[in-house]
Amino acid sequence: MPAFLHGFGMHVPERVVTNAEMALRVERTAEWIEGACGIRERRWAAVKASVADLAIASAHDCLARTGVAASSLGLIIVASGSARPGFPGPAAEVAVRLGLESTPAIDLPMASAGSLFGMAMAAQMAEHFGDVLVIGAEKMSAVIESAVLDPNTAILFGDGAGAVLVSARPGPWEILDAVLHSDGQYRDALAFDWSAPLRMDGLSVILQAARKLPSAINEVLTRQKMAVGDVTQFLLHQANQNLLVRVAKSLGVPAERVYSNVARYGNTSSASMLIAAAEWSQANPAPGPVVFSAFGAGFHWGALLARSV
Amino acid sequence: MPDAQRRERLLRVLKTVTTQPLPADDEESLFESGLLDSFALPDLVSALEQEFSIKVPDRDLNPRKFDSISRIDTYLQDRAS
Repeated sequence: MPAFLHGFGMHVPERVVTNAEMALRVERTAEWIEGACGIRERRWAAVKASVADLAIASAHDCLARTGVAASSLGLIIVASGSARPGFPGPAAEVAVRLGLESTPAIDLPMASAGSLFGMAMAAQMAEHFGDVLVIGAEKMSAVIESAVLDPNTAILFGDGAGAVLVSARPGPWEILDAVLHSDGQYRDALAFDWSAPLRMDGLSVILQAARKLPSAINEVLTRQKMAVGDVTQFLLHQANQNLLVRVAKSLGVPAERVYSNVARYGNTSSASMLIAAAEWSQANPAPGPVVFSAFGAGFHWGALLARSV
Repeated sequence: MPDAQRRERLLRVLKTVTTQPLPADDEESLFESGLLDSFALPDLVSALEQEFSIKVPDRDLNPRKFDSISRIDTYLQDRAS
């Protein structure tokens, strides 16, 4: 049974944190920050705002864009690596604030690659559950503010949420295939548990991401007997502009084929790929195959191929 | 491949991924000296694969294996044997 992407939604907080403001926090210059990661500004949510607050806003945007009533949802999946620890996770709150009192709501406690894994799971589950709303929501400013961070890490992150509606009903994009991978031997290379500062072994993370993102993209394309050149747009986790450029180079495609908004929003972890998709889809993209891909803490990584119908 | 020839090719590859002068000491950390950063490292691995016609498998993607001229040379020697 095929699955389809019906549309996307997004939310970013109003407050803009420029590199000039960030420079004062990390004792670097704004120019150094932009050179290190290609980020010029990021959005931070209010101190009292929660991951669920951000998720709800992106859910409403996605439902409005797709014309789907919350009451018709059959399943909600919320990915977040920055939701406060303990239980329940934000998915239950998101569901009840959408007016749903018995619809199943699943938390994916995964940073960065969470929304990609959620989309792939939704594609498999849509036939049984009906319309599935997948959300990636992150309040990374809380992670940054929770401890004194290494400047190389603190400059990267922003807050936001993205959403996508996945359904077995025919929609604008048909999901053709997805590949997912995890390798827990690197689980300490990028980790956070609120008891200590976020740990990131940048050398290991970038080395692995620069190799595994193109590898997963080529894997899913090869399985569908397609080539990189067939793809009109690559929608990747917005980790770092330098990484996006290297992935484009590895794939052998022009850099503009890899969508980028990291300069404006920073790295919003699991939210970033869906925020990118929401912006991309609103710009009336050319029809054709599109590849989603993400890599993150775990390590978890993968790629999902869809084509416009 | 003779050791001297392998080392010469390695140094040539390193010069393609950094603008800084190479260290005189083969044991010096290329990361701590600032010669390689996290984004130059994937470029180095790809360039090594091309120059030496090898495929560096995922299990070998450990930055420590590429931390110095000596370590990279040892890795290349192991791969050739």
